Amino acid sequence: MFVDTVVEDKALHKPVFLIGLSVTVLAFFFAFNFTNTIFGEFLSPVIGNPEESGLFGRFVVSFVLSVIFVLNLLAISFARLKVQILIVWFELFLLFLAFAYSFDLKLSFIQSRIGLMISKGLFTTIYISAVSIVIATAIAIVGAIAKLSNNGFAYAIASFYTSLFRGLPLLLQVYLIYKGLPQLGFMVDAIPSGIAALSLCYGAYMTEIFRAGIQSIPKGQWEASRALGFKSGLILRKIILPQSIPIIVPPTGNQFIAMLKDSSLVSVLGIWELMYLAKTLGQRDFRHMEMLITAAMIYWGLTIILEMIQARIERKYQQKT
Amino acid sequence: MGKEANNESSVISLKGVNKWYGDFQALKDINLEIHSKEKIVICGPSGSGKSTLIRCLNRLEAHQEGQIHVTGIELHETMKDIDIVRQDIGMVFQSFNLFPHLTVLENCMAGPNWVRGIDENEAKERAMSMLNQVKIPEQADKYPEQLSGGQQQRVAIARSLCMQPKVMLFDEPTSALDPEMVSEVLDTMVELAKSGMTMICVTHEMGFAKQVADRIIFMDEGEIVEENTPEEFFNNPQNNRTKTFLNQILS
Repeated sequence: MFVDTVVEDKALHKPVFLIGLSVTVLAFFFAFNFTNTIFGEFLSPVIGNPEESGLFGRFVVSFVLSVIFVLNLLAISFARLKVQILIVWFELFLLFLAFAYSFDLKLSFIQSRIGLMISKGLFTTIYISAVSIVIATAIAIVGAIAKLSNNGFAYAIASFYTSLFRGLPLLLQVYLIYKGLPQLGFMVDAIPSGIAALSLCYGAYMTEIFRAGIQSIPKGQWEASRALGFKSGLILRKIILPQSIPIIVPPTGNQFIAMLKDSSLVSVLGIWELMYLAKTLGQRDFRHMEMLITAAMIYWGLTIILEMIQARIERKYQQKT
Repeated sequence: MGKEANNESSVISLKGVNKWYGDFQALKDINLEIHSKEKIVICGPSGSGKSTLIRCLNRLEAHQEGQIHVTGIELHETMKDIDIVRQDIGMVFQSFNLFPHLTVLENCMAGPNWVRGIDENEAKERAMSMLNQVKIPEQADKYPEQLSGGQQQRVAIARSLCMQPKVMLFDEPTSALDPEMVSEVLDTMVELAKSGMTMICVTHEMGFAKQVADRIIFMDEGEIVEENTPEEFFNNPQNNRTKTFLNQILS
């Protein structure tokens, strides 16, 4: 949002809001009863045995928790914006870690398997996603031009394609390609069929992104190019596409991030990518959570890296035009 | 009729041209001969079809009836060499339409280099000499958005001139400009007129019309109402609609 030059009072510094918030938070903690958690144990000098402390213990625990919570918010509200963001990120991350830790994870189990998950699983995931995004981009350029052309065949084929592949669940496409093609006599391995399904599906979405990007260039650009005697291929290549790239990059980055995670769907084909290994490595020892949380962290880390790359590319194009 | 159309001194010829947008008739039975080195000013109230007419001359718009010949070639729907014709017809737009992702110099080099196949060094030399002609060589390495409106329009003129066109079309070139920038663009156009370029200008700048026009064409409701020399047009308008228009615009 575009910032105004006049600053409003912080809601947190208004007494009414502060009291309302405190009451709400207290009610929340009271309702969800944290007496039997680590907090109850911590307060046992006051409330005695948490399990026998009853409503009194429940109230004391939720009261202490809400005081800590509100004081924490108040303290943060006095910091500068960047510091605020950092602290809140850090605290939310701690909460996430606490959530993960509450499953009683066995770190040595993770340590013994994480090598394979990264060397095999992460590598396969990146490999499948990267190849698919390249193919999907190529499909999208052709598809977008076809959808914008006056050629009936091109338009019909492209719009049928986008309609079909946006209309089917990706998982279904994966099955259809892997199990359907062999029945027609084409034997395809798991990885190529996974790549094919991802490319076709995301190619369809990206066709629409590219089409919108091309259409957003003012028609004056076409007219000026035509008036100079440019042919349409040249206009697209040299005038229209270069200008639509800054418009196309942000949504394409989102697609890439989405594809990276949707590549987990090809695990149903038995490809040893991150998701498949996360499911299978923990199975024998009944240590599912360890592997699932490890995979979650790897996926998350990857998307953070991709988001940073995307931001950098966006900045680069913003400078130029 | 065909022979007349190919008359050597007539660069552009229109015969019985009609154009419709749906039910609305934008051009009504337009007949016009434009000779080499002539300067024509087209004026008229908004919606009179003057922009439509000039945009038909390089077929940015299609006409439905009649013939338009440009440099001896007839413009029609299934023609093969429209880009060849367009290379010889420069056009300057109201909204400049410079290529924002290219520098001023690259804007001017694009046509000669990509379309005419002139090598980069020569295209650059030509671009610089045209930028000199419109008096902004020092802006060559900037991007269009860094320039003022008047400067952008002069770059647009230079970009067209780099193609060494036989005819220049101007579609309200000063209408989008701040008042103090109008004269710098008009000065450029006056100099171009002195150099002997064939020019067709849609404009409301009557001072410019008096100074350079060989003929002024007044349009209203899609038809050519009056066509005359500047002296006659301003001092002795024939048609009532012309008189009303002149009263409004000169008061």
